[in-house]
Amino acid sequence: MAILDIKNLGISFGGLRAVDNFNLSIEKGELYGLIGPNGAGKTTVFNLMTGVYKPSDGIIMLDGENITGKNTVEINKAGIARTFQNIRLFKNLSVLDNVKTGLHNEFAYSTAVGIFRLPGYFKDERLMDEKALSLLKVFDLDGEKDYKASNLPYGKQRKLEMARALATSPKLLLLDEPAAGMNPNETKELMETIKFVRDEFDMTILLIEHDMRLVSGICERLSVLNFGQVLCQGPTGEVLNNPEVIKAYLGD
Amino acid sequence: MLKNMKKSTRSNIITYAMVIVAYIVMQTLVSTGSVTNLIQGLLVPLCAYSILAVSLNLTVGILGELSLGHAGFMCVGAFVSAAFSKINATSIENDLLRFIIAIIIAAVCAGIVGILIGIPVLRLKGDYLAIVTLAFGEIIKNVMNVIYLGVDSKGIHFCITKASDLNMESDGKIIINGATGITGTPHSSNFTIGVILLLITLFIVLNLINSRSGRAIMAIRDNSIAAESIGIDLTKYKMLAFSISAMLAGVAGALYSHNLSTLAATSKNFGYNMSIMILVFVVLGGIGNIRGSIIAAIILTLLPELLRAVNDYRMLIYAILLIALMLFNSSPAGINFREKYGIGRLLHKNGPDLSETAGTQRAHHVEGAGKKGV
Repeated sequence: MAILDIKNLGISFGGLRAVDNFNLSIEKGELYGLIGPNGAGKTTVFNLMTGVYKPSDGIIMLDGENITGKNTVEINKAGIARTFQNIRLFKNLSVLDNVKTGLHNEFAYSTAVGIFRLPGYFKDERLMDEKALSLLKVFDLDGEKDYKASNLPYGKQRKLEMARALATSPKLLLLDEPAAGMNPNETKELMETIKFVRDEFDMTILLIEHDMRLVSGICERLSVLNFGQVLCQGPTGEVLNNPEVIKAYLGD
Repeated sequence: MLKNMKKSTRSNIITYAMVIVAYIVMQTLVSTGSVTNLIQGLLVPLCAYSILAVSLNLTVGILGELSLGHAGFMCVGAFVSAAFSKINATSIENDLLRFIIAIIIAAVCAGIVGILIGIPVLRLKGDYLAIVTLAFGEIIKNVMNVIYLGVDSKGIHFCITKASDLNMESDGKIIINGATGITGTPHSSNFTIGVILLLITLFIVLNLINSRSGRAIMAIRDNSIAAESIGIDLTKYKMLAFSISAMLAGVAGALYSHNLSTLAATSKNFGYNMSIMILVFVVLGGIGNIRGSIIAAIILTLLPELLRAVNDYRMLIYAILLIALMLFNSSPAGINFREKYGIGRLLHKNGPDLSETAGTQRAHHVEGAGKKGV
């Protein structure tokens, strides 16, 4: 059964139909790409899936659970985590604390336990530290755990954002332009990391990306969005050679 | 020993130690009689101001929302606790026990008012939130000015018109007399209790910051959209920080009111001026820096008194010192100086912490690069 099933998703902003009749079905463990020209509505689809916008119509099913119209917090608890196109880290927190905030709902000791340092505090904090550190190791960030997040170089900030999203133990990870602003070497390294995350955590990943090397290198299937509508869907090789897709990107 | 601890733990211990050392020094000076009466009279307000500064820092520095109505919560705490103490002045004999109950009641009432105000206010952000909290602070102060409360053999009477409308029996006693306020509150505050309350406040705030809830609050401050995306309930944690901050302000109010024989809600006490003064402590001490808030509160409260010798130029020097403090706090040269010679560094004998210095240098580099990328 598909882990993510989106049927007839649509949203209008006033007279503008930003996303229309959008269908998507992703199998567990799949690496799926969502591409399209600028302004096609890719990030809007992410925002609809994570509850930032409420869809005007359509249904979103995650692992058999209807999450349509739920708020962001509920959707995260249901199992969708995301990264952002423009990096959104907790700049003034340490690298380790950034990941620990991701563990917020897994180790949920109460505020009183935290303030009065009751026994549960020390146990949960230790477990959080261990789990956060092991996640940082995966992304090779454990050496910088005490740095302020804003002091990390750009590529590592992207990785940290991914680590934070993974800390919420999602069923589906959404990556919004993970390679934006990266040089070819960094992109190559990122591709390895994404593949590794998929294998290591048995994760399903949906990503938006403009870098075709990354898309053709790691995505198994693609959807192409143009003017809010799906232009074409299928295995990566076929989609990228589709004349319609080439026309949408390059014009006539 | 200090070296092996986590940086946050070390910094917290320095803060507690600083307060305790200051207390011991002050007590020694007082007992040897080398402190003027004027300064002695300032000791309890100093503790109250420090508690206020620390608690406001929780809202401004940790939650990241500018609140201009902090004195309002203090006002609630002050009046509720003073009224309680006056009503029970004879029924609860033990002075300390009565004061402790009064403090708890003050904290609870201020906390409830904090939640009530927080519900509408925390939907706003930035300037708008500041303006509305300012208004609420003034409303609380003005409401306190029209309350009449009396006690007689039949129970408690309450009205908001004039004292004679209370319709009390002949044995009645007026507790709150409108704009005249409360007179004859038992004098239960002293410097020791004040310092203990300050330490408790520090304990609560510092432990909150270094816990799951504190991280959630700071995450909301740094990026609310990202915080929501990883499952942090914005309303809950904003409300938590705001109400704890209000509760602690209520405690400061109780401490403050039990030090005065006459308590009236004037604008100097609980109005706009006071809120701004607390904010000045927080800003000059460093937003988000708890230890700095206390230092700023102490310096800026003592300064006008210490400058009495040069009476004519008092406010001039005060202003210049404010500017100097500001430069020391936020100019790059000032920050550099503190990194090299600050209290934390001196205790940390290995010299400057290289990893951190490297981090700071990188920051400039990365910020530039980051902007291009986004």
